[in-house]
Amino acid sequence: MTNHWRDIKNADVILINGANPAEAHPVGFQWFVKAKLDPARGPGSGGGAKIIHADPRFNRTSAMADKYLRIRVGTDVAYFGGLISYVLQNKLFNESYVKSYTNASFIVKDGFAFTDGLFSGYNKTTRSYDIATWAYETEGDPLDGPAGTTQARAKRDLTLQHPRCVFQLLKAHYARYTPQMVSSITGIPIVDFLSVANLVGEMGRPDKVMTIVYAVGLTHHTTGVQLIRSGALLQLLLGNMGMPGGGMNAERGHANIQGNTDHAISWDILPGYLRIPAPGQKDLNAYVAGSAAKKSDPNSWNFFGLNYKKFMVSTLKAWYGAAATSANEFAFHFIPKPGVNSSWMSIYDQALKGKMEGVVLSGMTATSIGPDSNQVLKALSNLKWLVIMDPLPTTSSEFWRAPGLEPKQIQTEVFMLPTTHWIEKDGSFTNSGRWAQWKDQILPPEGQARHDHWILADLFARVRALYKQQGGKFPDPILAATMDYKDPLKPELDEIAKEINGKDLATGKQMTSFALLKDDGTTTTGDWIYVGSYTDDGNLMKRRKGIQDVKANDPTGMGFFPEWAWCWPLNRRVLYNRASADPDGKAWDPKRPGIVWDGAKWTGDVPDYPPTMNPKDPAAWLPFIMNGEGVGRLFSNSAADGPFPEHYEPIEAPIPNPLHPAQSEDPVAFLYDEAAGRPNRFGKVDKYPFVATTYRLTEHEHYVTQHVPLLVGLQPQAFVEVPEELAQEKGIKNGDRVRVFSERGKIEVAALVTKRLGPVTVGGKKVYHIGIPIHWGFVGISAEQNPERSKNWMANVLTPFVGDANSRTPEFKAFLVDIQKL
Amino acid sequence: MAQTTRRELLKIGVGTVAGLGAVAGASALGFDLKKATAVKRGLRLAGAKESHSICPYCAVGCSIVAYTKQDASGRAQLLQVEGDPDSPINEGRLCPKGASAMQLATSARRVARPLYRAPGATAWQEKEWDFVLDKLAQNVKDSRDRTFVAQDANGNVVNRTEGIAFAGGAAFSSEEGYLATKLMRSLGLVHLEQQARV
Repeated sequence: MTNHWRDIKNADVILINGANPAEAHPVGFQWFVKAKLDPARGPGSGGGAKIIHADPRFNRTSAMADKYLRIRVGTDVAYFGGLISYVLQNKLFNESYVKSYTNASFIVKDGFAFTDGLFSGYNKTTRSYDIATWAYETEGDPLDGPAGTTQARAKRDLTLQHPRCVFQLLKAHYARYTPQMVSSITGIPIVDFLSVANLVGEMGRPDKVMTIVYAVGLTHHTTGVQLIRSGALLQLLLGNMGMPGGGMNAERGHANIQGNTDHAISWDILPGYLRIPAPGQKDLNAYVAGSAAKKSDPNSWNFFGLNYKKFMVSTLKAWYGAAATSANEFAFHFIPKPGVNSSWMSIYDQALKGKMEGVVLSGMTATSIGPDSNQVLKALSNLKWLVIMDPLPTTSSEFWRAPGLEPKQIQTEVFMLPTTHWIEKDGSFTNSGRWAQWKDQILPPEGQARHDHWILADLFARVRALYKQQGGKFPDPILAATMDYKDPLKPELDEIAKEINGKDLATGKQMTSFALLKDDGTTTTGDWIYVGSYTDDGNLMKRRKGIQDVKANDPTGMGFFPEWAWCWPLNRRVLYNRASADPDGKAWDPKRPGIVWDGAKWTGDVPDYPPTMNPKDPAAWLPFIMNGEGVGRLFSNSAADGPFPEHYEPIEAPIPNPLHPAQSEDPVAFLYDEAAGRPNRFGKVDKYPFVATTYRLTEHEHYVTQHVPLLVGLQPQAFVEVPEELAQEKGIKNGDRVRVFSERGKIEVAALVTKRLGPVTVGGKKVYHIGIPIHWGFVGISAEQNPERSKNWMANVLTPFVGDANSRTPEFKAFLVDIQKL
Repeated sequence: MAQTTRRELLKIGVGTVAGLGAVAGASALGFDLKKATAVKRGLRLAGAKESHSICPYCAVGCSIVAYTKQDASGRAQLLQVEGDPDSPINEGRLCPKGASAMQLATSARRVARPLYRAPGATAWQEKEWDFVLDKLAQNVKDSRDRTFVAQDANGNVVNRTEGIAFAGGAAFSSEEGYLATKLMRSLGLVHLEQQARV
């Protein structure tokens, strides 16, 4: 989230796509309801915030919405694109914000084009783009700054009239997204779309604000990155990024998915979103040149790019201590450099190719998660060894005796290591809103269960001992990694939290700001965005000044609660908050200030800007200090599938793309099977006429709750939701058992016949959705109670093994199936 | 009768699996039930230790209060888990999952000790920690040595282990995750993932 849960009460319009917070994040949803019930909120003169919910299924979020739009899954780019077009055509954007705070005025190189569904530079053979033309026209020499962090000045036309300025290109690109076209793609009736567009358009007024809330309903697509970017574009045009009550807000689905993404359990990054180095980067300067944003305007601070090397060197010092010296580039080559994408599906793809030997799964079950669980089972069977670290059995710990598999034929050696629960250890969880909250250890470990990090520390120590005894390939990083804990086999999470914050090696004092980190090896940090979380004043994540005394603990009244826990970066509660004030430093909306310039300093939230920089100084930095441009990017070359989001159909789609039928799907979506020489297993609409989508229920969390009796009692058995009209056509009654099958597998479950799912009309054709909750498998209480039926309960046997062009996120949320009554 | 604030009401409590309905339900049912509940709860939680945790499920980050007492052997016993009324995020509320978190925390279904399944075996064997960790350490070293690439085809230094993957972390503490990243990257792993993408 750019903002945070409680901040949603500050919104006038809450636009929800690809999310069902009333059921998946019910307690967070209270802030949506509070906004709705607050008479000071809302368009016009009060009367409550308006909630707009686009979803194929009328669920409990829809029931609380002022406007519900039944949208076909995977078509949100068309919906957002239609809203962008409406805002541009009707001049409803915040003009001053767009000119000063976005790259609308930047001029794009001659040669950039978009024709028949393809941007310039496409190579059909490699299924990739040459992005040379996705760039600004520049003038002069590279701007001043550290090596590798600047480029020549980008040309701008502040009148926004130049035919190749981003604003004009944007307008032309989205001119195709007429209400008729949006309706034809999404299935949203034109009249409903226009009424929402009208409401959203009002949010371009400086005194109005909209938040966009989404979840994996937007990310789990081959176009996931562009789905989110299209929302962000709309927010930039309306001037809503950086505003309290605004922003792009991802609701995350697991307690600490945010914290451990920040700490880089992700193939492509190092802590704090530093990029993993690439082959060919011979030293730190080459790494910075290949990774850091480039300053392209004299008024751009380019804070991240400027400090990239300092952050990287300080982390290398934290990891490798005395072995990281200026003579060896601070152990830069201790960090592995991946040659190809190594994300989630790639792990199983490599296993299918016989190249993956061992997999460790901690609190994740690959079998149930999928996609294409049957193929994942094959991949696990191909491993030499598999480790499951979990407090409870999972479909992965038991994979070798999954229904249909013959244990004797599976040569994978399997280790089940019992781990402690969250309540048996302390440490912090970072929530969706970036708030790092410390928790106590409340219970001792159960039985022989051990903490995950003690298992890893012990295992690492044993591997280190083996390298000392036996020698082996490049042992240097294994021998050098710092384990300066009181007990290296049992590090305390408090010790690690201090290491993450980092210190000044000269004084021994804990760092207080990442701005003080250095690139000469005299400072350390485990993760630069967490600097300030644990200073010599103590562990700030433990702070508990909450609603016991609202007046004292929320001094601005905006809901920041600055001394409740700690929030990255630097306890800043709303990211990009410089953009909450106009160019002179006055709040766009005085009733809703983020930060404001008081003549000497910025007050309010922790400023995302130098605290005493006078906005009226001609040399003042532009507002988005993390970008090379200094402004929000309506046009960007950072996505692999285009500088502007474009609607592409899911890999399995019920209709050809109405915008460009010859280029129906995303031209750079990654087809794992095809790339590996295996046949693609995608179904066509003639054989699989129904659109399926997967989701979560309030009473379960993924798969672990299959072991919780109360929750199994509340939602005992696997089912699918079937639209009433379709059920009638097929002779399916509520409660009947049905088989739902795709090109990859089948499930056999109960049918819940419902009005919640209705048909949509797209491309002139009536299309039905089938809704599939994900929570069941062959392990857990209900599986034990239903040993025969639970053999065919695993939703992800249906889902396709294909990845987003950028993130390689699987397309869990839109695929084709057929249904039969059993 | 004196006014009871919502915060006090939550402190008094109306049962474990109350969730979002707690406040409205208690008010509707009136004073007597509240008093009875408070007395009952007082008996159960008298002298209990109050600690703070965060809900283990989704990423709203609801704060929870846990009550424990030591049993005869000195071991902490979990008595109750409820929403933390001080939190600006949940203001004392919990959903059905959070409200039943106690059943996840203390479960007879837990795996009691390390289990090992040999290649081709049809059942688990219970093992000691030393057995599994020693065996695993040798597996890690062997797989790393077999699949380690020091230089790629173009002569670039890449120092990567291609044949081992680590995935996890959405359920454990940030500090554990940080250590996992540091150690796995030090082993040369490039396949490092958690729940963010899936």
